[in-house]
Amino acid sequence: MSWILDDNRPIYIQLVEQIQMMIITGFYPLESKLPSVRDMASEASVNPNTMQRAFAQLEAEGLLYSDRTKGRFVTKDKEKIMKIKNELAISDTKNYIKKMKELGCDKNQIENLIDAAMKEEQ
Amino acid sequence: MENILECKALRKAFPDCVALDSIDLSINKGKVVGLLGPNGSGKSTLIKLINGLMTPTGGDVLIDNMEPGIETKRIISYLPERTYLNDWMKVKDILTYFKDFYNDFDLIRAKDMMNKLSINENDRLKTMSKGTKEKVQLILVMSRDASLYLLDEPIGGVDPATRDYILDTIIGNYNENATVIIATHLISDVEKILDDVIFINKGKIELVSTVDDIREKENKSVDALFREVFKC
Repeated sequence: MSWILDDNRPIYIQLVEQIQMMIITGFYPLESKLPSVRDMASEASVNPNTMQRAFAQLEAEGLLYSDRTKGRFVTKDKEKIMKIKNELAISDTKNYIKKMKELGCDKNQIENLIDAAMKEEQ
Repeated sequence: MENILECKALRKAFPDCVALDSIDLSINKGKVVGLLGPNGSGKSTLIKLINGLMTPTGGDVLIDNMEPGIETKRIISYLPERTYLNDWMKVKDILTYFKDFYNDFDLIRAKDMMNKLSINENDRLKTMSKGTKEKVQLILVMSRDASLYLLDEPIGGVDPATRDYILDTIIGNYNENATVIIATHLISDVEKILDDVIFINKGKIELVSTVDDIREKENKSVDALFREVFKC
């Protein structure tokens, strides 16, 4: 797993997004334990305080919870993860459509393009 | 939160120039702070005032509520821009020297890092390249359990891969109550590991902010903002 951070957006927000992806894709499964703030920070080559801030936000969203003695875990709530997955999928789709409209494609063309690309994938 | 460093109306003047003027600054414990400014902006002067190598012309500098002196040197680990080590010394001599000199020097940690960077303990400083010498010094400095690390241009002479290792070393080795101040103009390299940045120019503070605040408000990296603020 690699961390890719771009230059212009706040670092903690990018960490939140990438950890969300790791949870959605099952890299960190339901109820699994996460590495410590320090280890995660070191892996991503970021400041531990920034990683801490990302964790705090994920806890506030309910994707993570921490147990005072045992550490930090992925939520038990499968619905929660599905909900966030859905939100991400919708927002990425909207972005895609917006881009295609900027290129001047209409609904029909977009659908054709998706069909063609899907066929190529298989 | 408690401050590890406080400067009040700090001023340093030389016969024909004012190096620093009316510097007011508080830095919390547990932070990694970038001291950023163009050449000749006063970065090194500020660092030398903090560790007592220079005395202020006016104002105060307090480290953990103490004026610079023996007690503050005990808790400050300083990486100068130029080496002060004798170049006939072997790495193992220098390790013993540091162990002898500083109670908080962690010999095992130092040896481990020398190993990882393939630095031979029997090599003499004078046979090493500029970059390797810099690595040795940084390892020495980061192997102390200090409260305040003052790093003056820690990555200037090393290649990008080693730069990453050194930055990882910096964030991996300081403990949660320690503060690291990094003076540099290689901003894009250090940006990810910083909490706060201080822009200093012509002896005055131009801006104090967190990295993420800059990115949030300006929609650009600290590096891009620096280039804009200090455009020649």
